[in-house]
Amino acid sequence: MEKGKGLARRWAVEFAENSYSSSPVDVPDPMGFSRSSSDPDDANASRQKKEAEAAWKAQKAWEVAQAPVKNLLMMGFMMWMAGSTVHLFSIGITFSALWQPISALQGVGKVFEPYKDPRVDTLAPKLLFIALNLAGLVLGIWKLNTLGLLPTHASDWVSSLPPASEVEYAGGGLPVH
Amino acid sequence: MAIRAFLGLMILLLFSSTISTALFEDQVGLADWHQKYIGKVKHAVFHTQKTGRKRVVVSTEENVVASLDLRTGDIFWRHVLGKIDRIDQVEIVLGKYVVTLSSGGGILRAWNLPDGQMIWESILQVSASSKSLLYVSANMNVGKDNLILVFGGSLIHALSSTDGQIVWRKELSTNSLEIQQVFQPHDSDTIYALGFIGSSEFVAYYVNYKTGEVLEQSKASFESGFCGEASLVSDDVVVALDASRTYLVSISFRNGVINFHQMYIPELIPEFSGKATLLPSMHNGILAVDIASTIVMLRVKGVNELKIIEKINHPSAISDALPLSKEQQAFAILQHDESRIHYKVKFDTDLTSEIVWSREDGLASIVDSTTSELPVEKEGVSVAEVEHSLFEWLKGHFLKLKGTLMLANPDEVAAIQAIRLKSFEKNKMTRDHNGFRKLIIVLTRAGKVLALHTGDGRVVWSVLLPVLRKSETCGNPFALNVYQWQVPHHHAMHENPSVVVVGRCGHNFDAPGILSIIDSYTGKVHNSLVLEHSVRHIMPLPFTDSTEQHLHIVIDDNLHAHLYPKTSDSVKIFIDEMPNIYWYSVEVGKNIIKGYSLELKGELDMAENDFQPKELWSIVFPSASEKIALTATRKMNEIVHTQAKIIADQDVMYKYISKNILFVATVAPKAAGEIGSVTPEEAWLYAYLIDTVSGRILHRVSHQGAQGPIHAVMSENWVVYHYFNLRAHRYEMSVIEIYDQSREDNKDVWKLVLGKHNLTAPISTYSKPEVTVKSQSYFFTHSVKSMAVTATAKGITSKQLLIGTIGDQVLALDKRFLDPRRSVNPTQSEKEEGIIPLTDSLPIVPQSFVTHALQVEGLRGIVTTPAKLESTSLVFSYGVDLFFTRIAPSRTYDSLTEDFSYALLLLTIVALVAALLVTWALSEKKELREKWR
Repeated sequence: MEKGKGLARRWAVEFAENSYSSSPVDVPDPMGFSRSSSDPDDANASRQKKEAEAAWKAQKAWEVAQAPVKNLLMMGFMMWMAGSTVHLFSIGITFSALWQPISALQGVGKVFEPYKDPRVDTLAPKLLFIALNLAGLVLGIWKLNTLGLLPTHASDWVSSLPPASEVEYAGGGLPVH
Repeated sequence: MAIRAFLGLMILLLFSSTISTALFEDQVGLADWHQKYIGKVKHAVFHTQKTGRKRVVVSTEENVVASLDLRTGDIFWRHVLGKIDRIDQVEIVLGKYVVTLSSGGGILRAWNLPDGQMIWESILQVSASSKSLLYVSANMNVGKDNLILVFGGSLIHALSSTDGQIVWRKELSTNSLEIQQVFQPHDSDTIYALGFIGSSEFVAYYVNYKTGEVLEQSKASFESGFCGEASLVSDDVVVALDASRTYLVSISFRNGVINFHQMYIPELIPEFSGKATLLPSMHNGILAVDIASTIVMLRVKGVNELKIIEKINHPSAISDALPLSKEQQAFAILQHDESRIHYKVKFDTDLTSEIVWSREDGLASIVDSTTSELPVEKEGVSVAEVEHSLFEWLKGHFLKLKGTLMLANPDEVAAIQAIRLKSFEKNKMTRDHNGFRKLIIVLTRAGKVLALHTGDGRVVWSVLLPVLRKSETCGNPFALNVYQWQVPHHHAMHENPSVVVVGRCGHNFDAPGILSIIDSYTGKVHNSLVLEHSVRHIMPLPFTDSTEQHLHIVIDDNLHAHLYPKTSDSVKIFIDEMPNIYWYSVEVGKNIIKGYSLELKGELDMAENDFQPKELWSIVFPSASEKIALTATRKMNEIVHTQAKIIADQDVMYKYISKNILFVATVAPKAAGEIGSVTPEEAWLYAYLIDTVSGRILHRVSHQGAQGPIHAVMSENWVVYHYFNLRAHRYEMSVIEIYDQSREDNKDVWKLVLGKHNLTAPISTYSKPEVTVKSQSYFFTHSVKSMAVTATAKGITSKQLLIGTIGDQVLALDKRFLDPRRSVNPTQSEKEEGIIPLTDSLPIVPQSFVTHALQVEGLRGIVTTPAKLESTSLVFSYGVDLFFTRIAPSRTYDSLTEDFSYALLLLTIVALVAALLVTWALSEKKELREKWR
């Protein structure tokens, strides 16, 4: 079904010239037509519009960057609910807590793509986003540790070791009768 | 919070459910089987021929009194009497009671013949030293109060046959009288009692049957003396042997006049030499005399005329005479012929005979057992068979599905149960993935080796070892043990495994030994030999030679070691390993444990391969205060998964796992007798843990006021022992766990991660590891007959103790109950670890009896073998009965249960796939419609 949509999109014709969703077509202007020499009022309005758009984009980017905070709080609450014993519920929560930041970090570029603009600085929101997700990851790992699922103790390494073999061998006992 | 509480409850339920491992009623017989036996028959009484259901009542060497169906050999009923209550004689009284005389004539019991219920029991006063005789009059009349006479030494007791009351009691003589024969001439009220006073006087009493009054007595002495055996050949002649066992003395006692007549045996039987023995009388004028390996049958005509009827060479048994009709009598002779038995029935006149039924009752006297894998399944099974089984499989699963969905009618439920019980899978003669199918190879006291299939307990093959039969070179052979000899892994498809049976030619330790190697699949004897040396210890070594034969060391009575198999290859392997091989000997009589190493003096003689002992250490127990009561070691083939025990808060304790630990329990010499024979102040028990390589005593603990009998079992790093506490008047179980203190500092995670530790380096006991010990004691309600512990393939599964209780049942008790770290109030982390709060006694959960509703009569041993499936352990317990089952101490976490419905699973999958396809098609359609809109 995804495939069908993709095909449909390939066939779409873009009529709006300055749609922000598509890049301007790099075709030379016709002779005698000057883009800059158009109506100054019009140009002014369009600049204003662009600025407003940039501001909106920056604001949106910051909003997106701060979104994990909510997530973090919710996760914390869920973790507290799950307790520190190992069972299905707590394991599920811990793994989702680990998986969310990881998947979010993987898709950092995608998340901020809509707000990409030469006039908007997305680096700072990106960094914040990464930091918050890392915090989420740390929270997940901490939870994993409280569940005792991290091999941080000697016991986790020793139990897989086979017993040492013995050099000597002794047999015998009571005389057989 | 509510969720937390709920989850906590769930976990609690999950944990508590693992404790009980009971099975449902319809699961009985799925994985277990039970076989009933009676043992080697020593006395048989036939029911009178008039009654409809013919029976034979037998008493056996395993102390069983049983009633068998004469037509089929099935057991109608049986009773196993205690070890100290040996059955002396069995008789049928009035055609409806079975009377048994036991405990050396001390106890007389009457059992109802049809159902085996006890009618009455009488305890008689008899002197312990004399032999007792039970006499039941042959011409008893139903309705009258008939008497049962018991002759013990010089005393006669007459008991009423209806209620067991003593009617009269008579002492015949104050001297050392031994009554040999009792009989009643036809139609008279007089009982004739014949016996010997001392060794030279023959005496005949005539006693009134009703009152016990001695009517007449006659005595006569015989100057050369009697040896104490006599055989009644007719109504007035007794034949006895003289003190030197070379003269037959016929004694006639007609009308109170006693005449002796001697016959020199070599005159009668020219080839006679040595000593003669009289066999039980044939009563119709025939006398049977056993003269070293030959039985001679003599007909007695008058007092002084004996005629040889027949000589039977090398018989192994001869039966009593069985009256067929008024005049006819028959008896049977057993003879060995290589590995077969010849059974001959002889009659006065010629008649033919055939075997109607036979019972494999040697299985009631198993002395040792081992297990063997079955052959690997080979390619090339016929198609028809597969098709048939596929159809059956589908049918079976369809039925099961109906059962699961509760759609089955009662007939189908019965069919499902029948299919489950008669599973084709479990009785196959090939290896299975789970390792449930195996052969149990058992050695019986008579020297017969049998292989039982674990699926249904049938005898796959049996062989009576010819080398364990009486012969000139080997006087009194008996079987000792059976060990694995060859277990092929590399050539499992082509070579068969084999076992070795070890025996000895006599009960003395200097008697020559016997080795016999038997194929585990076919029972073919590969090789049998009578050794030139004796067998004192047998040590299976953990090495194999190039043909995968296990190396065995046999220590003889001179403490010299001999290596088997005697090949240059095995000797080479052994010489390389010899510096690290030690052995020890526990001498109970001398209260000493001695440790030795082996050394080679001079050049090795390949034919002899004789290694000398070198004494290294000895532990002498003070015989004034201690007496060795019991020793226990770990099983040689036990597998331990890990050396670490993780305790609360992820802390580690290192187990001291050594195969060279010997547990020794000593008791006060005074308290070696029965429970209650001493006061608690005079009784004590010491438990030792001894390293058998260096002789170091690792631990010693004393239990004041404790007394035997002691039973112990040792596994991994712990030992559990059971004894009686005189102070508390209860049985007690103690556990000792040993931990290695010298490894305790291996706790740095980084060192462990990088592998910079010495935990897997081979250890030597000469490095003197420091050990710490944890122990605790608990009360236990039952007394114990045998103890064992479960064994699994990798040693990961938790352990259960298998306790053979006094009721001849096997109880499975979780090792967790015998954890020395149990405390009254365990902390939260300890609870999470699974530590049970401390209680003073161990619980006996009725559902945890492995034998469920069955009894393994006369339980003597419990053997556990790991299955291939890690969760499961095979349990074989034997006594008079055999019982086999498989148990999963931590439940079958690695497999689906037997009654899992594969059909339901398949159906669910099919339904899911169908639903998936339908919804997919629907969604496609809908999307297309959307697009056209």
